[in-house]
Amino acid sequence: MEISSPYKEATDVILEAGGEPLKLCYQCGLCTAICPWNLVRNFLVRRIMHEAQLGTTDFGSEDVWTCVTCRACVQLCPRGVEIIDVMRAVRRAVANLGIGVIPDALRISAKNIAGVGNPFGEAPEKRNDWVKDLNVKDFALGTEILYFPCCVPSYDPDAKTVARAIAAIFNKLEVDYGIISTEAKCCGESIRKAGHEDTFQSLAQNNIGLFCSSGVKTVIVSSPHCYHTFKNEYPELGGKFEVIHITQYLASLIDEGKLKLSNKMNKKVIYSDPCYLGRHNDIYDEPRKILQSIPGVELIEFPDARADGLCCGGGGGRIWMDTPKGERFSDIRVEQAAAKGADIIAIACPYCFLNYRDSVLSMGKAETIQVKDVAELVAETIV
Amino acid sequence: MEEIKTGVYICHCGLNIAGVVNVEDVAKYAATLPSVVIAREYRYMCSDPGQDLIRNDIKKLGINRVVVASCSPRMHEPTFRKTVADAGLNPYLYEHANIREHCSWVHDDKELATKKAKDLVRAAVRRVYRHEPLVVKEVPLNPNVLVVGGGIAGMQAALDIADGHHKVYLVEKDPSIGGHMIQLDRTFPTLDCSECILTPKMSDVGHHPFIELLAYSEVEEVSGSIGNFKVKVRKKARHIDESKCIGCSVCEEKCPWKTDSEFEMGLAKRKAVYIPFAQAIPHLAVVDPDLCAYIKSDGKKCGACIKACEAQAITPETLLKQTDEIVEFDVGTIIVATGYDQFDPSVIPQYGYGRYDNVVTGLHFERMTCAAGPTGGKVLLKDGRQPASMALVHCVGSRDQNYHEYCSRVCCMYALKYAHLAKELTKADVYQFYIDMRCFGEGYEEFYKRLSEEGVNFIRGKVARITDEALTDEEKGKLVVISEDTLLGKLVRVPVDMVILCCALEPRSDVEKVGSLFGINRRADGFFLERHVKLDPVATPTEGVFIAGCCEGPRDIPDTVAQAEATAAKALSLISRGVVTTEAAISTVDEDICHGCGRCEEICDFHAPKVTSKNGKLVSTINEALCKGCGACAVICPTGAISIKHFTQDEILAQVAALTEVS
Repeated sequence: MEISSPYKEATDVILEAGGEPLKLCYQCGLCTAICPWNLVRNFLVRRIMHEAQLGTTDFGSEDVWTCVTCRACVQLCPRGVEIIDVMRAVRRAVANLGIGVIPDALRISAKNIAGVGNPFGEAPEKRNDWVKDLNVKDFALGTEILYFPCCVPSYDPDAKTVARAIAAIFNKLEVDYGIISTEAKCCGESIRKAGHEDTFQSLAQNNIGLFCSSGVKTVIVSSPHCYHTFKNEYPELGGKFEVIHITQYLASLIDEGKLKLSNKMNKKVIYSDPCYLGRHNDIYDEPRKILQSIPGVELIEFPDARADGLCCGGGGGRIWMDTPKGERFSDIRVEQAAAKGADIIAIACPYCFLNYRDSVLSMGKAETIQVKDVAELVAETIV
Repeated sequence: MEEIKTGVYICHCGLNIAGVVNVEDVAKYAATLPSVVIAREYRYMCSDPGQDLIRNDIKKLGINRVVVASCSPRMHEPTFRKTVADAGLNPYLYEHANIREHCSWVHDDKELATKKAKDLVRAAVRRVYRHEPLVVKEVPLNPNVLVVGGGIAGMQAALDIADGHHKVYLVEKDPSIGGHMIQLDRTFPTLDCSECILTPKMSDVGHHPFIELLAYSEVEEVSGSIGNFKVKVRKKARHIDESKCIGCSVCEEKCPWKTDSEFEMGLAKRKAVYIPFAQAIPHLAVVDPDLCAYIKSDGKKCGACIKACEAQAITPETLLKQTDEIVEFDVGTIIVATGYDQFDPSVIPQYGYGRYDNVVTGLHFERMTCAAGPTGGKVLLKDGRQPASMALVHCVGSRDQNYHEYCSRVCCMYALKYAHLAKELTKADVYQFYIDMRCFGEGYEEFYKRLSEEGVNFIRGKVARITDEALTDEEKGKLVVISEDTLLGKLVRVPVDMVILCCALEPRSDVEKVGSLFGINRRADGFFLERHVKLDPVATPTEGVFIAGCCEGPRDIPDTVAQAEATAAKALSLISRGVVTTEAAISTVDEDICHGCGRCEEICDFHAPKVTSKNGKLVSTINEALCKGCGACAVICPTGAISIKHFTQDEILAQVAALTEVS
């Protein structure tokens, strides 16, 4: 008969790694029921909490790396348990103590981030190559705004369009902005969630030092993940900047009458709330305001939108991991979008960008559905 | 002057004090202090033998000042004052030194703690030397009682006091008494019909010679203090002649104007002129001025009820000219029993309340199962069909830091009750989604066992979502309840026809206004604050004001009735005593120094100081019956004319000087 005994040492390791919230859990199971993983497989969030409470966690299980940190569970938890912090603590225990196995794809991305400051393993010097022929100046002391594109639009050949679109918009509106030198590294948000705390600390110190010495006061970001860590995690490490997501910036320009979108676009656009803009940072309205300002656009909503929005599957470091077909959240989203007759899935996050594009292609829907960042749609309709 | 002979008593309090402070040492030290003729230490000073030590020393050694060094004065100052008084010494010639909460409980270093205890004793001895005997006065207590709230708690308290032949004013804001309990169908665990057990009490209240029932009324203002409260009540206009109305309901029949019935939880309509429910007490009609077309058109439209009423209780005069009436009276004690509100689950979007027709709350279900209710006792879906399956969701708004952190205590039991009624009245499959089963009372656990025998499906898991999006054919046209079955370790999707949400009991929406009327504070969870959670649960920090029932927190009917009876006992005890002792440590004015500026009158919350002309000079006089000795006037007095007895400047400074001496 299989008997389980509490193993205090394992609990202590998890607690020390930041897992204190696990003590509050009273095992109601709401987290399991709301977790998107249970749409495609079994993932008992509640049981993971209890195993951590007793110290019987299976550090070698793939469950350790499953959580996408979408916050659907934390949002509803009646005890206020920071479940994401507990997941991160378990991962940190594995990453630090080597008591489990880190999935290959994640291990490689982590090595790249630690080594060359980006998950792709590309040369640091190429970080600003996305600019190419565009007129984008370097950030210097006195420049009003730093635009920080995120590793994905900086390096990914398809996602470059997002950064280029934003640069084009800024140039058109004569915004005083610049981009930081190629000494900048990944913001570190996702690798931290994947348990690689030391790597995160080193990335943060690098970026904070660089931003401060360059005189950065205001940063505009295209990724909600960069937004989240710059705004919520960098300040306690000494990096206090005004952080704005590109959709917030563009929405405020529309409010002030400084941004006019006049080119018509007769399309049905469905907006997918990124977890790190929506549930993590309460930003729901600004992207919708932008889309509704585009003439001809019919804005439609997913059946579960806003705070109930389904994650694309990219958070928590999973953007670098393999998710088998049949378990991809973004596939579900594409089906939902198609069912609603959407022409365009509008996104506001580079991970959503990659996942949705992948899904549309692999589901053979590239002819009928496009995936565009909100910024790209603005660039196409700005006059 | 009389020679001051002080007795000092150091308490061990078991190991509480003696475990940290060297009590023998402190006693030896105390014996060396000026004026001290005897210093003892004892294990438990508050015990009978402990108190005897003091009593004997007073009688045999002629002690005329007593210091006990022990726990907080909040615990035992009253105890030792009484001990001293029993032995014939004025109780204000006593001083209490706190060497427990202020010393042994908060320090680890035994040497330093003992030294501190000695300092505290020295200061107490210095102060007690300067105490003066004070006289406690008595003021007559008005034997009338105000009970606010005509639910089961208010009614029970009123009946107990009225049966003692004392007058009770029972004020109820709704047109009828009965509260929430009259809306219930059956009550757990005995499944008594709520109306059957409540209506006799309601009738008693309505007819009791010692109860003046002010229904459809609200308290507007309260002033004064225990023994003498002045109360102002607004009797809202019913727009009928109460002396003529016989409650025949013909006006209601003829009235063409409808709105959702509050009593029937919106499952039925009521008219602009209506009797709240069949057993309403007072059994009188009431006109809703926001719905009545005659009132709104200033007499131009309708008037059907005027024609219909054979008793001529409704006239153009009553409809258009009748206004609210202000009633004023005096009482000595007040009992507040204003009840609870049901949590509104529309703030939980995941549960679909308000979005889906067949997601209902507990009170809705009560009205449905009630044989005299809007569906004639049939459990029906919105479209009139009987449900083939039902789900009960526990902890909606309770035990959830997003809404209310507390447990609402009665929901597990009423959920079981609904499960039973569903089984009795329908052929539905019943699924009960719980986190824990809280069946603590008499017959409660047995009731839970009975429900297991009735074949209810219990699923342990907090419901995450209720949706109408079907994933299988089985789910089409149903409400799907999604939760983890934590005992199975599997996600479950249960398709049902009807969902009952077991909602939290929360404080009334006007609890802040009501609280400030009576000087009652609220706890962190929003309910009224009792004086002591365990040892004084129906009293409030405001003397003479008591609370009973759900206004103090969610509770079941047995506990509510017990509490109501407890408040009645408190009131009857005060009435039987007949007097209220005033605070002895009150303000006093030196009329030679006072120049009548009036700042004391401005700052006092209890209206005790009054500036009047005395012998041609403006001076402040303190009403000793009202003064609580809070000290605000003494602080604000610019000339220092006001001092507080027992806390004079002389005494306090002597105490401070003693503390700061190097020993």
